[in-house]
Amino acid sequence: MTAVLERPGMIEAKPARRRRVSIGAVVPYLQAAPLALILGAFLLLPILMIAVVSFWDYDFAAMYPDFLTINYADTLGSWVTWKTYLNTLKYAAIVWALTLLIGFWVAYFLAFHIRTTAMQMVLFLVCTVPFLTSNIIRMISWIPVLGRNGLVNSTLVEIGLIPKPIEWLLYSEFAVVLAMVHLYTLFMVTPIFNTLMRIDKSLIEAARDAGASGWQVLWNVVIPLAKPGMAIGTIFVVTLVMADFSTVQVMSGGQSASVALMMKNQMSLLQYPAAAANAVVLLVLVLLMVAGILRIVDIRKEL
Amino acid sequence: MSHDKRTFEFYVLAAFFALFVLFLYGPLSAILILSFQGENGGLTFPLNGVSLHWFANLFERQAVGDFGGSFKRSFILGLMVMIVTVGVSLLAGLAFRQKFRGATALFYLAVASLVVPSIIISLGIGVVFQQIGFRPAWYTSAFGAHLTWTLPFGVLIMFAVFNRFSPAYEEAARDLGATSWQTFAHVVLPMIAPSLIGVGLFGFTLSYDEFARTLMTSGTFNTLPLEIYGMTTNVTTPVLYALGTVTTVFSFLVILLTLGAILYVGRRRARI
Repeated sequence: MTAVLERPGMIEAKPARRRRVSIGAVVPYLQAAPLALILGAFLLLPILMIAVVSFWDYDFAAMYPDFLTINYADTLGSWVTWKTYLNTLKYAAIVWALTLLIGFWVAYFLAFHIRTTAMQMVLFLVCTVPFLTSNIIRMISWIPVLGRNGLVNSTLVEIGLIPKPIEWLLYSEFAVVLAMVHLYTLFMVTPIFNTLMRIDKSLIEAARDAGASGWQVLWNVVIPLAKPGMAIGTIFVVTLVMADFSTVQVMSGGQSASVALMMKNQMSLLQYPAAAANAVVLLVLVLLMVAGILRIVDIRKEL
Repeated sequence: MSHDKRTFEFYVLAAFFALFVLFLYGPLSAILILSFQGENGGLTFPLNGVSLHWFANLFERQAVGDFGGSFKRSFILGLMVMIVTVGVSLLAGLAFRQKFRGATALFYLAVASLVVPSIIISLGIGVVFQQIGFRPAWYTSAFGAHLTWTLPFGVLIMFAVFNRFSPAYEEAARDLGATSWQTFAHVVLPMIAPSLIGVGLFGFTLSYDEFARTLMTSGTFNTLPLEIYGMTTNVTTPVLYALGTVTTVFSFLVILLTLGAILYVGRRRARI
């Protein structure tokens, strides 16, 4: 009976083979079923539902099954939508560039300049721990630092660098970008660190022996080999920023907008079909961006 | 590049790294200190005396909506998500070691679950529940919404673990006459236990802190992150910081406990 449960691919006596394949082949399906069921019910079905609802009619009280394209026409025909999309893309581009820059150097330092594995792990954990705490608390924590009477302003005023507090530190686009970098850099550090750790050190030795300078090694050996990690980090950061509404709302003090924040406002006004049309457009955009990045890297190979 | 002498590059990067750590922890320590603000103190420095006033305030119902209740809900939800994430990810990880039809599709579905904007999932589940006629609640709709965020992490971690797992150990166990179940329970499971604990930590903390996905799916009762999010707009006293300190200390405890468990399991395995 036990042989029945064996996985295929193991060396075994011939007679048992037929039976094993017929029943054993069911095992992976049973093992994968819970995941498929959960994602089917809570990911696929909701997205299909959104796609359907985006064609429905609605008023202040309810939604009515229909086939209208007016939700899309309203969304895509509005100047506000385009401005909001551009603003969100702008955040994505700036935050992406900053997290890539910071993430790469942090990962590079950990992977190439820390000598013992134990120390590498300790320092990596030091970077990781804040990311396992609440995002909102980490956003709020900027208030006493950046506020009008916050640490930065009071210090600068005290040492006489500025005559009066800077107003744009908190509740501004600057604050949004700063908080996003603060929240999302680890998503860049981890995959890059992972790929850098797998670089064969003898490749770098070989480049040195062949007469390459430090920068040449970095540019021609390390960075090309780190590209898959950068691509995975990029997927994380870009999709997180594109989906963000809380950072934009809290850190801009309501002065800036993002696509998800626009959706959230539509949802709080119970304009679900309008929000759904918006969601479909956003989803298509995000999936196109991810598909573009996936052309560069095969994630299955990187795990 | 582990040469004997520290290079100039090392010191520059070390300074950069130190700044990065300061950037990560600086603001967090600011609210930690300010949560001990005196009774008449405000949201910013300087400290106007030192007191536990704001922590006491936390447990008065009128100051913070329902701190105790929302914490309890978030904690239970986190545990539920953790257990299901570990179980389902482990099973899926085992499944992906073999070839089966739809494996690639399922893998990309898991990846998609990671990249689809949280608010879209929140909206979608909210609308589905509304159309079916179910009432959204934190233990049904929000539970499912959280799983779409924690499962991809769990599955990807298990995928990576099994990619590096040599089948030689299982073959050896089988050659010694172990049944499939014995091979799994006595060989495979102890070897991947630290990773499973890691998956559990991810499951719990990601759920405990999640709120974009909870927004439309929590039903009548708020989870803790939703409560805090609500407070950011209408609470203007350091009680907000006290709440931040309490939840952050709680998260740190969870992380420490997990690391302790991983070390303990690792040690015990080494001794055997």
